[in-house]
Amino acid sequence: MTALGLFNYWAVIFLMMVGFYTLIARGNLVKKIIGLNIFQTSVFILYITMGKIAGGTAPIFVKGGEDVSYSNPIPHVLILTAIVVGVATSAVGLSLVIRIKEAFGTIEEDEIQDESL
Amino acid sequence: MVEFVDIALLVLLGITAFSIIRQKNLFAAVMMAGIYSLLSAALFVVMDAVDVAFTEAAVGAGISTILMLGTLALVGHSEHQPQHRPILPLFVVILTGAVLVYGTLDIPPFGDASNPVHHHVAPHYLEESEHEIGIPNVVTSVLASYRGYDTMGETTVIFAALVGVLLLLSLGPRPGRVASNGRATTTVRERDKAVSEEGMEEAQGDTLQVSDEENTLEDTNG
Repeated sequence: MTALGLFNYWAVIFLMMVGFYTLIARGNLVKKIIGLNIFQTSVFILYITMGKIAGGTAPIFVKGGEDVSYSNPIPHVLILTAIVVGVATSAVGLSLVIRIKEAFGTIEEDEIQDESL
Repeated sequence: MVEFVDIALLVLLGITAFSIIRQKNLFAAVMMAGIYSLLSAALFVVMDAVDVAFTEAAVGAGISTILMLGTLALVGHSEHQPQHRPILPLFVVILTGAVLVYGTLDIPPFGDASNPVHHHVAPHYLEESEHEIGIPNVVTSVLASYRGYDTMGETTVIFAALVGVLLLLSLGPRPGRVASNGRATTTVRERDKAVSEEGMEEAQGDTLQVSDEENTLEDTNG
């Protein structure tokens, strides 16, 4: 597994930048939230990658397995919390989008700007 | 073997993420986002994070997709062509990416058991939690016992989010009442009346809209 070197980290950075681009370049508010989710998941992958040990297994004790190496459980715990919090934040974001649609009749950023001038 | 699965999944994730950007139909983009979550859940299994994998599959691919589909039912599903050229965002993104890649160059190699991240409290959890907590799954022991306050904070955040969503969706006019010029026409008093009459029906706005359409159909028929 060590042959992979930094490939995982670079893949994470690529995904992160795709999400970031969607977030800043797209005017549609739902698309922005999808971009935010892509960004978020790339951070999850970054953490889980750090916890992986080559040749290790999931951190659940095996009976009689004294010489088994387990992957690091701490990133897993942190990301479990982050996933649930992430869904909570996107739910708030999506309900804001619904309210914006009601108030302005559109969810496109440039039209909202024209509308509020 | 594991390397190949890992690389294949990451490449698929990259392709999916890229096609989400290109996709103009938001329904398709949301379904792509569901696929993206499911692929990342598969990647978590490969990375030994089974608990994270099933949470991501249930919450990321399931609940988020449902929330987004519900939103799309209310706000419409076509995305307009962006009017401005994406050169500045592209420049910012490439610059940030380059800085981050530079930052990875002295990161400890992937999968090495002597990495600093494996040397703080993790060995303690792996060696002692079976005696101290008595649960074979270390992730559960850490989540519910050693770092129990984290989980409590998490539930506080979810509660706050729930209150926020309920407040946002239960105030104001129904989605069907948006006037043709884009502004909501109801006054504050009408709105208050509407809230007291309709209450929580707001949350099921999509079914509500369908029934409105049926009503208008009946009206035109009659």
